[in-house]
Amino acid sequence: MGDVLVHALSDVDLDLVRGEFVVILGPSGSGKSTLLNILGGLDVPTSGTVHFFEHDLTAAGERALTRFRREHIGFVFQFYNLIPSLTARENVALVTEIARRPLDPADALRLVGLGDRLDHFPAQLSGGEQQRVAIARAVAKQPDALLCDEPTGALDYETGKVVLEVLERVNRELGTTTAIITHNASIGAMADRVVRLRSGRITEIHANARRARPEELSW
Amino acid sequence: MVAGLRALDRKLIRDLWHLRGQMAAIGLVVACGVAIVVTTRTSYTSLLVSRAAYYGDYRFGNVFAHLRRAPETVRPRLLAIPGVTDGTTRIVREVTLGVPGLAEPATGLLVSVPERRWPVVNDVHVRRGRWMEPGRRDEVIASEAFVVANRLDVGDTLHAVINGRWERLRIVGVGLSPEFVYEVREGGLFPDNRRFGVLWMARETLGPAFDMAGTFNDVALTLAPDAVEADVIAQVDRLLARYGGMGAYGRDEQASARFLKDEIAQNRVSGTLIPAIFLGVAAFLLNVVLARLVGTEREQVAVLKAFGYTNWAVGWHYLKLALVALFTGAAVGMAVGLWLAAWVNERYADYYRFPEFLFRLDWTAVVLAVLVTVVAALAGAAGAVRRVVRLPPAAAMQPEPPAQYRAGMLERLGLNRLLAASGRIIARHLERRPLKALLSALGIAFAVAILVVGRFFVDAVVHMADVQFRHAQRENLTVVFNAPRPAAVRYELQRLPGVLRAETFRSTPVRLRNGHRSRRVAILGLERGSEMRRLIARTLEAVPLPAGGLVLTAKLAEILDVAPGDTLTVEVLEGTRPVRRVLVAGSVDEMFGLGAYMERGALSHLLQEGEVSSGAFLRVDRPAALALYDRLKRLPGVAGVASRDAALESFEATLARSIGYMTAILVGFAGALAVAMVYNAARIALSERGRELASLRVLGFTQGEVSLMLLGEQAILVAAGIGGGLAMGYGFCAWLSGLYQWELFRIPLVVSEQTLAFAVAVVLGAAVLSALLVRRRIYRLDLVAVLKTRE
Repeated sequence: MGDVLVHALSDVDLDLVRGEFVVILGPSGSGKSTLLNILGGLDVPTSGTVHFFEHDLTAAGERALTRFRREHIGFVFQFYNLIPSLTARENVALVTEIARRPLDPADALRLVGLGDRLDHFPAQLSGGEQQRVAIARAVAKQPDALLCDEPTGALDYETGKVVLEVLERVNRELGTTTAIITHNASIGAMADRVVRLRSGRITEIHANARRARPEELSW
Repeated sequence: MVAGLRALDRKLIRDLWHLRGQMAAIGLVVACGVAIVVTTRTSYTSLLVSRAAYYGDYRFGNVFAHLRRAPETVRPRLLAIPGVTDGTTRIVREVTLGVPGLAEPATGLLVSVPERRWPVVNDVHVRRGRWMEPGRRDEVIASEAFVVANRLDVGDTLHAVINGRWERLRIVGVGLSPEFVYEVREGGLFPDNRRFGVLWMARETLGPAFDMAGTFNDVALTLAPDAVEADVIAQVDRLLARYGGMGAYGRDEQASARFLKDEIAQNRVSGTLIPAIFLGVAAFLLNVVLARLVGTEREQVAVLKAFGYTNWAVGWHYLKLALVALFTGAAVGMAVGLWLAAWVNERYADYYRFPEFLFRLDWTAVVLAVLVTVVAALAGAAGAVRRVVRLPPAAAMQPEPPAQYRAGMLERLGLNRLLAASGRIIARHLERRPLKALLSALGIAFAVAILVVGRFFVDAVVHMADVQFRHAQRENLTVVFNAPRPAAVRYELQRLPGVLRAETFRSTPVRLRNGHRSRRVAILGLERGSEMRRLIARTLEAVPLPAGGLVLTAKLAEILDVAPGDTLTVEVLEGTRPVRRVLVAGSVDEMFGLGAYMERGALSHLLQEGEVSSGAFLRVDRPAALALYDRLKRLPGVAGVASRDAALESFEATLARSIGYMTAILVGFAGALAVAMVYNAARIALSERGRELASLRVLGFTQGEVSLMLLGEQAILVAAGIGGGLAMGYGFCAWLSGLYQWELFRIPLVVSEQTLAFAVAVVLGAAVLSALLVRRRIYRLDLVAVLKTRE
C-alpha cells in the first residue's frame, strides 16, 4: 500500500480576534481537529503560514511550540485528560506552577463552580465536574486563547450545558479568546462567529448578531 | 505467508513486532536463566562423569599407605585382607630436581611403575611419547602439568638428586594419573606445577637406585564395593606398623582426590544454588513483567470480546504472545548455555588434566529450568489475562473512570506542600500501587544482589591471599630436609649466600584422634615468637602460640569435634611412634587447609627427641637468590624448596581460575538481567502512563519536564532497589560463605567497596540506558491522538 496524500485542510484563511468566542462546526473528517491542532501549536501546516500576534508559528520547532502552548494556550479535551493522581486543586496548580501570571487555583475552580470540591481526586468527581476542573486548569494560567475540542462530547445534555455556561462565563469575565470545535450545530448560537468546515475547506463564516445564552440552547 | 493466517494471528505477529523491545528483554531474562542452568549443570555433570570414568579406567585406589620399607613378601598379605580386590606396591621418593629454565630447585616425586607395561592400581595414561624401555635407566615419564608449566617435552632432559648423586633423566613420555589430578606436594595446599612434578620411573631402575630392590615404601589398594574402608585401613595399619607404616588412608584424605572432591562440591553449590537463585529471580521478573504487559492491553481485549471472541480465544492469544518470547528466550538460552558449557569444559579439560574430558548435558536440569521460567511467566501472564477477560466488554467500551487516588501518607505527614506537582504525581503513583512499586524495586534489588554475589568470590580470594601470603607467611623460601637435622643447621643456612634470616621448624606426620573421628595431618612445631610464620585468623588477628598444647585450625577442630580445653590422642607416624594425649590449647580460624601447630619445644617433648628440625623458613636477599638456588639444588640434605611468591601465584591461578570462569559468566548474566529488568519496568510505566504524559505535553510541559515525571519515579524505584539489593547481596554472600567451608579452603565473608560500587554502577548504567531509550519514546509521544482518545 502506497502513501496517499490527504489534505486535511486547504485554502483555509481565518483570523481570530482577541476576546471573541468562536465555534467551529463541521462533521467528522471535515478538518476541524486539524485546524484546532494548528491553532494550538500541536501541529504545523505543510504549507501556508500561522501567526500569533507578532510570532510566526509556521516554522517553529518543537521547543518553540511547547513554549507557545505553555504561555498562550489553554486546552480542554473531550475526555478531560486530568491527572488521576492529583486533586482538583493540584491539577490546576500543575499549570499555574509553570505559568507567568496565573490565577490562584482555588479562584479558578470557584470560577467554574467547584469551590467546594478543591481537594477531590478525579475519581471522586462526576464527568461534568471533571470537565469543569479541566476548564479551570485551562484558564488558570490566563491564556490568550482557550481551545476546546468537543468539550461536551462525553457529557449528558444537562451537564453539557453547565460546561458551556462555564466557558461562556470565562470568556465574558476574563476576556479569553475562546474557540470550540464541535459537530453540535446548536452550540453555534452562543458564539460571536461560527465557522463551518467541510472536507477541509471553510464553507461559511457567519457572525451572530446576538450571542445566545447557554441556557437558551437546546439540541 | 501472512495472508494465510487468521486475523488474530496476524495481530499476534504485529504485536510481537510492536513490542519487540520488551519481548527481547523478556526473552533475555529467560535466556539468562536457562543459559546459566545449562552452563553450570553441564559443567558439573561433565566433571562428575569424567572423574568417574577416569578413576574407573585407570584403577584409582581406595586405600593408600606410605611406609618406611617392607619386603615384597608383605604384598600377598595386604591382598589377603578381606575386601581388598587388587593392590600395587611401589617405591615413591621425593627428590630435588634441576629443571632447565628454572633457577630455583624444583621437587620431583619419583613413583615406580613396572618396567614392562602392566595394569596397576593408580595406573598411568601416556598422553604423548612412550613407556620406558627395559634397561634404559635414565628414562622417565613426566606428569603433563609439570611438563607444560616448564615448557618441556618428550626428548628433553632434567636433573635429579638420586640417593645423593646428581643424575640426568630423559623424558620419554608425558603422563597422567588419577592419583595426581592435582599435583600437590605432601602438606602443600595448592599445585605449583613449575616447582613440583611427578616422574614415573621403572621399578627395576628405582629400586636399586635407592637401595630398595625387593622392597617397597608405598602401597595402593582397590576395594570391593561392599568393603568397609575403615576396617581395611585398620588392618593395613596393623600389618604395616612394624615396617614404619605412616597410617593408611582413604580417598577422603588423598590430596588430589580430596582437592577434586572439594572442587566438585564447590561446583555443586555454584551449579545448583546460584542458578537456582538466578532462575528464581528470572521467574519472578517474568511474572511481574508479563502481568503488567498484558494489563496494558486491557482495551484491546475488550474490543476482541465485543467482536465475539471467546474468553479462551482471547486468553490463548495473549498466552501465545508470552510463549513466543519465552520459548525463543529458552532456545537462545540453551544455545548460549551449551556454547558456554563447551567453553568452560575446554578450560576444565585443560585444568583438571583428565585423559578424556566428557561432555554430559544434564537434561533434567535443563528441562526443569525451561519449565520453571515458562510456568512462572505463564502464571504472571495468565493472571493478568484472567483479570482482563473477566471484564464485560461493555464496561471496557465505556470511558474508564479515572484511577482511584486518595489522600495518603503524603498528606497525613504534610509533605505534599513540600513537593511540586511533578513530585506529587510521582509520590501518589508510588503510594497508590505500593505492591507494584515494591515488586519493581525488588526486581532491581535482585539484579544488584546477583552482581554482588558474582564479584564476591573475587573479593574473598583477594582477602585470602592477603591474609595467608602477606600476614601469616612472611618467609621467602621454605626449605624441607629429607630427614630431621640437628637444630644447629640453622646457623649453616644462615651462612648461605643471600640468606638474611633463617628460622627452623619441626614437622611431623601424625594422626589426631578423638573417639571415632580422626585425621592425618602434620603438626608444625614453630619457634616461639616466630617472625616468619604466624597464626593469623581470617579476621587478621594473630593467635599467639601457647607454651604447651596444640593449636588447631578451627575447621580441623570442627572435624575432630574438639574445642580448646579438650584433649585428643596424637598418634605420631614416624620414629618411635609414640601415642599421647595432648591438650587442645587453642584454635585459629584459618582459611586454608587443616593445620595443627605446637611450640617446637613442646613438640620435641611430645616426640621425646632433642632439638631437631625438619626444615627452615628463609628470608632472602633477592639479588642473591639465584646463587642461593644453585647451592640449595645440590645440597644432599635438602628434599625440596618452596617459594612463597610461587605459592601465591599458584593459589591465585588455581582459585581464580576455578572461580573466575563462573564469576565472569555470572556477572555477564546479572548485567543482562539488570538491563532487561530496568528497561522493561520503564517501558511498561510508559505504556501505562503515556496518555497522562501526552496530556501534560499538550498543556505546555516540556519534554524534559514530562520525562522527569516518568523517569523520576523509575529513579526512586532504582534507588530503592539498589539499597535493598546491596543488603540482599550481602545476605546471599553470607549464606554462600557459610556453605563454602571446605577442608582445603574456607571462603570468608568479605565484600569490598569495589564490588558494591561495581554492582551499583552496572545497575545505574542499565537504568541510564533504559532512561535514554524511554526518553526517546516520550519525545515521540503522539500529542494529537491524546485529544481524541480516552483511556
